[in-house]
Amino acid sequence: MRAACLLVALCAGSAVAQIRPIPASELRSGSSFGSPELRAMQGDDFANPGMLWVERGQKLWQTPAGAAARACASCHSDAAAAMKGVATRYPVFDVTTKRFVDLEGRINACRTTQERAPALAPESEDLLALSAFVAYQSRGAPLAVTAGADAKASLEQGREFYNARHGQMDLSCSDCHDRYWGRHLLAETISQGHPTAYPAYRLEWQTLGSLARRIRACLFGIRAQMLAPDDPKLKALEFYLAWRANGLPLEAPGVRR
Amino acid sequence: MVTSRVQIPGEVRRGDAVEVKISVRHPMETGFRVDDTGKRIPRNTIRQFSCRYNGTPVFSASLGSGIAANPYLRFFITAAESGELKFEWIDDAGERGDAVAPLRVVG
Repeated sequence: MRAACLLVALCAGSAVAQIRPIPASELRSGSSFGSPELRAMQGDDFANPGMLWVERGQKLWQTPAGAAARACASCHSDAAAAMKGVATRYPVFDVTTKRFVDLEGRINACRTTQERAPALAPESEDLLALSAFVAYQSRGAPLAVTAGADAKASLEQGREFYNARHGQMDLSCSDCHDRYWGRHLLAETISQGHPTAYPAYRLEWQTLGSLARRIRACLFGIRAQMLAPDDPKLKALEFYLAWRANGLPLEAPGVRR
Repeated sequence: MVTSRVQIPGEVRRGDAVEVKISVRHPMETGFRVDDTGKRIPRNTIRQFSCRYNGTPVFSASLGSGIAANPYLRFFITAAESGELKFEWIDDAGERGDAVAPLRVVG
């Protein structure tokens, strides 16, 4: 009897690990929760302010940097071909550091090892410009992150953080974005919390910002302890968010409220 | 580095109204905000913006703290001769920016 119970529990456990909180047929992009004006702004490549960063990124892509005097283009040449679809696979799991690396982290790793240039500061204009430019090459492609066997523990770390209650408000990410999406929080419609628009231009920020900044804004909102921008827990959460949004098309640079 | 984007039609007919769009990268700091340490962030907005068509002023605007960051301006001019549109702006810190766009007029 005990063994049977354990078996059932184990099966249920592994099934839960595979099933995403929101089924693929019900996945909705964050822009579908915004106003028509906001959607129009994102859809128009001239009105979308994020395109200022994309164009800056295009210039940076060609500009040599660091002691190696190499540009991104020196190795990857044409971004339209080389970077197509790349952003749909990020964050990826780095087996040597045993951490998830997001697009910004990957760009900085390239800078320090290949270009031998100092890493770009988080949320700096240049780092956001490059990540927006790289992500833009995958616009419209479905998000497709994968967690190999060695990344499982980190994926669980992200899932655990997502489902755990945090801060003075005693809320988990799941409380709002799995249970109550589509309902209202004062004047806001709660979204499903998908990361497909990032780096995104938020009207509240009046500038472009990374997913890490957006998550930290959420932590601030629920009065939780702040995670450092490069905290492995934050990266694991970024990965979990991408994993639960797998299949949704990338929109970067998106426009959000 | 990229500080603005301009969009005008590639080719227009003489006498036509030409739609000109420009968006400028600028924080448009209002002067009402404080930083994390409570210090006031000094106001820095684009003060004056102007557009010249072959040297003749055709559009100008005074902007201020009521305009959002990265201002997006859209206006119409009348096509006369082929030439260029020159955009210039200056902010409260005295920094100037400019952009040039060629305009081809036929007929």
